[in-house]
Amino acid sequence: MFLARTSHLTLSAAAVGLLAGSGAARAQSSSAMQADVGILNVALGLEHEAIGAYQLGAGSGLLQKPVLDVAVQFQSHHKAHRDALIATIQKLGGKPVAEKSLDDYAKALNAATLKSQADVLALAAKLELGATNAYLGVIPSFKDHALGQVAARLAADETMHFTVLSQTLGRALPAGALSFGG
Amino acid sequence: MRPHPMPTLGLLIGATLLALMPPRALAAGDAARGAQVYEARCAGCHSVQADRVGPRHAGVVGRQAGSVPGFAYSPALQKSGITWDATTLNRWLSNPEALVPGQRMGYRLGDADQRADVIAYLATLADTPR
Repeated sequence: MFLARTSHLTLSAAAVGLLAGSGAARAQSSSAMQADVGILNVALGLEHEAIGAYQLGAGSGLLQKPVLDVAVQFQSHHKAHRDALIATIQKLGGKPVAEKSLDDYAKALNAATLKSQADVLALAAKLELGATNAYLGVIPSFKDHALGQVAARLAADETMHFTVLSQTLGRALPAGALSFGG
Repeated sequence: MRPHPMPTLGLLIGATLLALMPPRALAAGDAARGAQVYEARCAGCHSVQADRVGPRHAGVVGRQAGSVPGFAYSPALQKSGITWDATTLNRWLSNPEALVPGQRMGYRLGDADQRADVIAYLATLADTPR
């Protein structure tokens, strides 16, 4: 499938880059590590869902070039996030949560209602905004503060996606400052 | 002159009591505003009718925690014995780990007014089959 094309070399490099500064291998108490793994697994679930959402969007035939190319690029970012999170979870001794089937994501995201390119982009924008706020919202909960920085870097990518999607949809920028997180 | 120990002790007791206090009493929320906050703050992981990264929220108020059939909850939440109402939801959204140690939701909704609005919105969500 077109959207399934990604370079393992690129993903591995991204994963290593994220992990290098995370301090994830530092000694932590078992319960603190378990708590961090739990948060990382929720993040991984979000990334699995985002990959599925972009897959559904591309497979719908509703996205036209050059929007399709941008969607593919964003999906590759989410795949890099996924791989980085899986590596981090495993490094902490946890078990990464598995992805669901594409049918499950289609049902959960009500994909049957998508009728136009704008519908697909609106769904993607909603998910990207949700992911941004989710990542920002979990930062205070990490026991290993370096993982908070990882979450912030993930949030920055999602914010970039949300901004591009919003601009493509012709939506106004957030009126006030500090509109994300909180 | 030797300092009197009581002020220090008083401060310690006060700080301990403050730390043990639940989040401040829940003001009446606005469901319409809560729907907007929900969309921006909760919809990354949750939806009303479908289980996603988090469980569905239709009918959450009045429901036993960890009881949506088929959703993979943490054992801690399943065993919590909590029933979701305005008070428990306020404490949960303020700091889930403080309410149920070992649960899996790392997200905190820090703004008390936003929590009240979201809880008012959640109370409007009837548990209807999809």
